[in-house]
Amino acid sequence: MFNYGDVLETINMIEKEHLDIRTVTMGISLLPCISGSAEQTAVKVYDTVCKKAENIVKVTSDLSREYGIPIVNKRVSVTPAAVICAPFAEKSALIGKALDNAAKTVGIDFLGGYSALVHKGMADYEREFISSIPEVLSQTERLCSSVNIGSSKSGINMNAVKLMGEVIKQTANKSKERDGYACAKLVVFCNAVEDNPFMAGAFHGIGESGTVINVGVSGPGVVLHAIKGIPNADLTELAETVKRTAFKITRAGQLIAKEAARRLNAEFGIVDLSLAPTPARGDSVAQILEEMGLEQVGTHGSTACLAMLNDAVKKGGVMASSRVGGLSGAFIPVSEDIGMIEAAERGNLCIDKLEAMTAVCSVGLDMIAVPGDTPASTLSAIIADEAAIGMINNKTTAVRIVPVPDKTVGDSVNFGGLLGHAPLMAVHTRSADKFISRGGLIPAPIHSNKN
Amino acid sequence: MRAVLTVVGKDKTGIIAKISAFLSERNINILDISQTILQEYFAMIMIVDLSQSKAELALLADECGRLGEKIGMSIHIQHEEIFNAMHSI
Repeated sequence: MFNYGDVLETINMIEKEHLDIRTVTMGISLLPCISGSAEQTAVKVYDTVCKKAENIVKVTSDLSREYGIPIVNKRVSVTPAAVICAPFAEKSALIGKALDNAAKTVGIDFLGGYSALVHKGMADYEREFISSIPEVLSQTERLCSSVNIGSSKSGINMNAVKLMGEVIKQTANKSKERDGYACAKLVVFCNAVEDNPFMAGAFHGIGESGTVINVGVSGPGVVLHAIKGIPNADLTELAETVKRTAFKITRAGQLIAKEAARRLNAEFGIVDLSLAPTPARGDSVAQILEEMGLEQVGTHGSTACLAMLNDAVKKGGVMASSRVGGLSGAFIPVSEDIGMIEAAERGNLCIDKLEAMTAVCSVGLDMIAVPGDTPASTLSAIIADEAAIGMINNKTTAVRIVPVPDKTVGDSVNFGGLLGHAPLMAVHTRSADKFISRGGLIPAPIHSNKN
Repeated sequence: MRAVLTVVGKDKTGIIAKISAFLSERNINILDISQTILQEYFAMIMIVDLSQSKAELALLADECGRLGEKIGMSIHIQHEEIFNAMHSI
């Protein structure tokens, strides 16, 4: 017999504390789709995604009702499209549109994998593919793109960093009428992972199996509630509480992941232990940091609080799942977290502090709106800074930044839905143009030589 | 297959009768009931066996939600594994 406390705790977590499975993401290999022409490949890509993922919406809906736990997003990630498009890179857009159409047919909101991995070098066909990103993202609705420009093993490809600054500017300008919305679907990574279930950075790595189910659990609200219950605890006890809570959340994710994989005839991939906020009040990572004792996120102490939270979530989660992967940690997207939005609006959270916080949490500068007149070289320099943090610390870092056309500091932007809204944040105005225009490769750090 | 049915809400007469009738109509067997009043709130946990029933758990969950609205209680039915997963190692 179950005890009252346990059963009611689960019900409360779901009903009052926003516990949910944030995403069930099916990773699909598109390697068997490569054919003689772009047109043939596009048809195969569309058919493959539609066939493999045809039941994902129904199965997740059934699971959600049977287990009584909401499954918020159903998504698909695919083999980095630059690989599929290599023989006909000038027609990459055809593949992008086929993927977008497949997402519509299957009934999912985002499909990730219009991606390229250029962390060590960039072939001509990859440069051509990356150059197609602005147009493809502005002309599609559900397709997400990512580019890996550095790794701890290979260093940082500064030619790709330079190009991505320009690509982000073009992407923003091509979706000007929606305040640069298309940039919200574009992530620049260092140390990208191959099994990330979260958008916009999800893709299905070359080292992965044919069809895989990866699950992202969430639960900032549950952690927040648990911490509220121990207002006078010291930090050792607080970390233990976060660990215990993360354990429970992850166990729910593991259960759903295995069952979803079974019903969808896919392999169980990984559970990603991330605290992913939404713009809903009470579902915020920033509010957790504030409950720990900060007046507002962004003040001194934010990095230490986040470091502890991130580590405790991992420790609790690792114990709870047989296979942990993806990004696993706490996300700090600005526009998707009510606490971050408020801190930015009041001027208590700036890009420099966010950058420091990304050194200890799971991703990077995420969903940040900056003035539309920010030069491409400044965007590249922001990417280079983030990539350096990732490269030196052996962790994934990313930049998802929106230079909002015709807007500046003091304005705000609303992307709607889970992408939320945000005030524009100031960037440093002194130029990094000379540094970025040098090009070349920042060599891998000394500690990459482990062989 | 076993599921856990929970009923929470303001106490009133006839709650157990209505729930039992609902289950009986669907050939769902009650294995265990535990019920208490917590600060005027009625809280009941039932373990039920669906193996003799033709009802699908997902549809049953929808029906429980509607029954709950009708009688002014919060009623959930969930696969027992979710509780096992979260609360036991």
